[in-house]
This record gives sequence, structure tokens and C-alpha cells, in this order.
Amino acid sequence: MRLAGIHHGAGGACWLLVAPLLGLVIALYAWPVAEILWLGFSDPEPGLQNYEKLFTRTALAKILWTTLRICTITTLLSVTIGYLIAYTMVHLGARERSWMLTLVLISFWVSVLVRAFAWLTLLGRNGPVNAALAAGGLIDEPVAFVRNELGVLIGMTHYMIPYAVLPLLANMQGIDRRIMDASHNLGAGAATTFTRIYLPLTTPGVVAASLLVFVISLGFYVTPALLGGGRVLMVAEYVSVQVLVTVQWGVASMLATLLLAGVFGLMYVLSRFMRLGDVFGARA
Amino acid sequence: MRIERLSKRFGDFTAVSEVDLHVRRGEFLTLLGPSGSGKTTLLMMIAGFVEPTSGDLRLDGRSIRSLLPEKREFGMVFQGYALFPHMTVRRNVAYPLEIRKRPRHAVRERVDEMLALVQLEDFADRLPHQLSGGQQQRVALARALSFGPRVLLLDEPLGALDKKLRGEMQVQLKHLHRRIGTTFVYVTHDQEEALSMSDRVAIMNHGAKVQVGSPEALYERPATTFAAGFLGRSNFLRGIVTGRRGGCATYAVAGREYRQEDPERRLQPGAGVTLALRPEKLEVAPARPDGVDGAGSVGAGNAGPNRLAGVVGDVTYLGSTLSVSVTTDGAGTLIAEVRPRDGPGVAEPGHNVCLEWMPDAAVIVDDMQSPA
Ligand SMILES: Nc1ncnc2c1ncn2[C@@H]1O[C@H](COP(=O)(O)OP(=O)(O)O)[C@@H](O)[C@H]1O
Ligand SMILES: [Mg+2]
Repeated sequence: MRLAGIHHGAGGACWLLVAPLLGLVIALYAWPVAEILWLGFSDPEPGLQNYEKLFTRTALAKILWTTLRICTITTLLSVTIGYLIAYTMVHLGARERSWMLTLVLISFWVSVLVRAFAWLTLLGRNGPVNAALAAGGLIDEPVAFVRNELGVLIGMTHYMIPYAVLPLLANMQGIDRRIMDASHNLGAGAATTFTRIYLPLTTPGVVAASLLVFVISLGFYVTPALLGGGRVLMVAEYVSVQVLVTVQWGVASMLATLLLAGVFGLMYVLSRFMRLGDVFGARA
Repeated sequence: MRIERLSKRFGDFTAVSEVDLHVRRGEFLTLLGPSGSGKTTLLMMIAGFVEPTSGDLRLDGRSIRSLLPEKREFGMVFQGYALFPHMTVRRNVAYPLEIRKRPRHAVRERVDEMLALVQLEDFADRLPHQLSGGQQQRVALARALSFGPRVLLLDEPLGALDKKLRGEMQVQLKHLHRRIGTTFVYVTHDQEEALSMSDRVAIMNHGAKVQVGSPEALYERPATTFAAGFLGRSNFLRGIVTGRRGGCATYAVAGREYRQEDPERRLQPGAGVTLALRPEKLEVAPARPDGVDGAGSVGAGNAGPNRLAGVVGDVTYLGSTLSVSVTTDGAGTLIAEVRPRDGPGVAEPGHNVCLEWMPDAAVIVDDMQSPA
């Protein structure tokens, strides 16, 4: 095994340089966050009763389960679609690639609120999609695309695809195409080359994209609220209700702590996998 | 294998133009040319990764032009090796065998045999990035040969190695070729490599084949100024043919006549001629008191050498030889390569000397710069 490729060399001087910034981050960010997290153990009274509620209140368990399920499906869908998009981009000419990249980036800049409303309009009972399907004789009753879990999945997947594309694109662009040529030259057909060579080489990109998408999905709030029609409650929205409506800061803080711990846990896994790139020698 | 009028155009740029080449079974054929001359493109067309714009490829009489790369059974050592970075050396070499569904014990045996052949037994379980450039090159070689390819294609396999290692690998590759007898088609821009390893060399320039032949033939009888200048060093004399005398033609450069052996009567009086003259074929003699230039001693038949007076410029010590540049009157600056012990007293900077060469020392070539 190799040592991590990070330079620890001139550490002392570097730390001095970033010290003011680090102080600012601690004062304005880390400290308030710690305060809020502490509420989970201290509000309404000191103890672990907020965490007990995880096991006693079935609603909470259900919300967590919904969140995990939706985030997992979103991740699977967006990484699969993102993989196809990134693969296409890598194999296109330079001009087409930059066009596609622009399109991918544009969707980054459209507000999540606007997109949710756009989906509501498009996929609603009387929206153009249902109208077209009915006109084509494919359906008798309008399909309930939105105001349910399906709507949430569509909205979230759509939002997350660019996040899946970018790490995959970076990974795929680092792969020497001659490696695939070599596989063909040695007698392997397209399918074998894909499963035995390309897929393993893009695994670091898939892992990075999946974790990124999953972590961001965990915090989704606007999309489930709008496209779920109030029927799909995810953790982030529940936290906001606890804070703004029922004023149960302790429960909100407990859930926030769980989310944060989950994210850090995944980040740790991510950092392990990022080094896979190094193990594979695909650091280009 | 026959390559017939094979061409490749990218847009309106012609990377390979109408190349005809016959690759003989078991030979070591080198495609030699400067960077950008279309060697890789030609090799990629042979391997099946680049589709020819026109022309055909035949193997034992059958066209393989539309055969997929994976069906051609050609081994290839890519520029940069293209090893599978996520597989160990052993699995890299086993890959083509596993694809062919060989039984497991046979794969194991064959991989061991190949690793022994390239002396990498001790590195079988390493990943490619844990190997040096020379070792990676050998893995690529073992992988390309493990399934017994019909032809082995190599694209500048030694390009990334340092000079000393390159020399060793040249010898090893040559040995390997003799031992296994597979046909090698080898691409390089390094003329020394081409001369030392090949049975035959095909010189390429601007996508076209310039000349094919054994290293000796190409060196001794280059057909064009490009071939003469690219393979080794060469002086060029440009003149006008003036007449014939026996088996020789006479030609004039800057008003003086010289003789050139021309049994095939290629030179016609009045036409322009370009001659390639290797530096080691020139003798540097003390200046003649009578200052005679030109074709031997007048009227002395065909025996004497051509003579050309000049002044020595730089003298460069090359170890076993001295490279002497001589500025002549009318024929430009010529380079002569002489043994050091012939140098002192004569080949000293500033000395007047007389360059001598025999009528059969120069070679008539096609002038690529200014067609005669
Ligand atoms: N895919 C391609 N598209 C356009 N031009 C190319 C392509 N591949 C090669 N060329 C051009 O063809 C010429 C020959 O390239 P190449 O065969 O790689 O030369 P060599 O291997 O002799 O250095 C080069 O000028 C190169 O720019
Ligand atoms: Mg090349």
C-alpha cells in the first residue's frame, strides 16, 4: 500500500496562513452549529429523551425510513442516468461535449423552486403530459405523476443528475481510451470490455457521484414539500416544522444531529473511496 | 499480410496516403518516419481501430478490412502501453486467455511461461503503477503475445524509456523475435532503433511510403534525399549531367566536372542530378599543390577519385571518429567522417584540404526538395 499522496511538508507555515480564516469559520459557523446540536441534549430538559423518541414515536421512524428510501432511489436513478450522460459526453467530439456541458450546467442555475413548479405544471392532472398521453389513447384516467412519492422522485432525480454527471465526467475523462482499445485488441468484445475494464475503472466515479448525490438528497426540503403534495414527509421538512410550527427545538436538533452524523459518516467513506483512485493509478 | 493502396483522410488532411506494403511471415518490419508521418495511423488501421478511407488489407489472401479488432488476432503494444491499471501483472497477461475461455490450468501455465519470457516472474502480483517503465513495457509485450497472435504490432514501445534501457530492450526485443518467430510490425521515429533491429525498414514521410528495404540496402542505396537524410547523415551534391565516359556519367557542380558510376544509365546528359554522399565515404587529404579539382587526373581513365578543394571549419570529436566540416568553393559545406589518426595535421580548423571520393561512393537519389 502507498502512503496518501498529500503533502504535509511545510505544514506549520500553512496553518498560520489559514488561521484567521479558520477563526472566522469557528466563530461564525462551527460554534452556532454546536450550540444548536447541543439543544438536542438540553431542550426541553437535559438528557437523552429526544433520542428516545426515535424508538417510541413511530412517526419519526417512518420519516427516517421515507427519507432513506427516497434518497436511495434518487441516487440510483440519477447516477444511472448521469453515467449514461457522462459516457455519451466523453465519446462525443469536443464541440458537442462543450454544448452538453453547458446544458448540464444551465440546469444548475435554475432555482429548485422554479423547477418544482415547472414539474407540477407539466405533470399535473391537466398538464401537457397527461393531455398528450390521453390524446394518444394510452390512458383513460390522468396518471398521478405528482403530489406523491413518484413526483418527489422525479423532481429530486432531475435536480441531482448534474451532480452525478460532473464527478463521473471527471473520472471518465481521466481514462485512457487506448486501454479499451487494448481490451478489444486482446479479443474482448464490447460487453466484456465494459464489464471487465470500463466499469471497474469508473467505479471511483460512481462511488463519488453516489455519495455526493445521496448526501445532498438528505437535505432536500422544497422539492418534497411541493411535489409530494404534503403526503411525503422527509427529515429536512420535518425539522423545519419542528422549529417553525411546533417549536420543539430539542427534536429538531436531534434529527439535525442524526443527519449531520450520517453525512460525516458518508464523507468518511467517500474519502476512503477517493483514495481508490490512487490505488488504481487513475490519478490523471 | 498485404497492405494495398491503404489511405486515411481526416477531413481534408491525408494522414496516410496510398501505402502499399507486403509484410512477410515471421519478419521484423519497421515503419520509420518522423513524428506525424502517419505511422500510428497506419498501425491503427492494421489493428482495426481506424477505418481506412480507401485501400485494402489482406491476410493470407483474405481481406480483413471489415473485420472487428477483436477478431483479428493481432497482438499490439500500444504507445504508453495501455495496461489495465486495476489488474495485477498476472491478470493483465491472463486477460486474453480468459477471454478465449482457456482452461484455468492452461492459463496459469501460459502466464508463467510468458512472465518467464520477459523476466517478470517476481512481479506477477504487482499493479502496473508499481512497475518501472521498462517493466510495464515488458508486461505489455507478454500480454500481447500470450494468446499467440498472428502478427505483433508495436507502436514506439521504447519511446518512454531512457537511452541506456532503450539499448538493452532493443537487444531483448530482437532476441524475443528470433525465439518466437512471430511477425513483428514495429513503429519508431528512431533511425538507430530501426537499423539495429529490423529485417526490413519502410521509411514513411507525410503519410506516404518513401522506400522499403533491408537496413543495409536503405543505408547504402537510399532512393530519395529524404531517405538519405533521415537514415544516417548525408551530404548532397546537386549538378547537371554533362556526358558519359564508360560506365560512368560526368556531371558538373559549380563549373567543375565529377564522375559518378552509373551502369544503369539513369543519368541523361543535360538533366539535373542529386547525389547523396555519406560522410564516411569522403576522405580528407592534404590540399594538392596544383589545386586540381574535379574528376581524377584528367585522362586517367576511371580509376581516380573525385577531388574537391575546401577549407576545414569545425572538427567534432565523436569518439571513434572525427566529424570534419569542410566549406568548399561552389558545392556548399560538406561533412566528412574520418578516423582520428587520419585527422592530425590535415583536418585542423582553417587548413586547406582536398576532399576525395570514388565514383561509386555517391548514390543517385530523387530530390524531394526541388524535383529535377
Ligand atoms: N483522429 C485524428 N483526427 C485528425 N487528425 C489526426 C487523427 N489522428 C492522427 N491525425 C493526424 O495524422 C497525422 C499522422 O499522425 P500519426 O499517425 O499519429 O503520426 P505518427 O505516429 O507517425 O507520429 C498527424 O498530423 C495527426 O495530427
Ligand atoms: Mg505515433
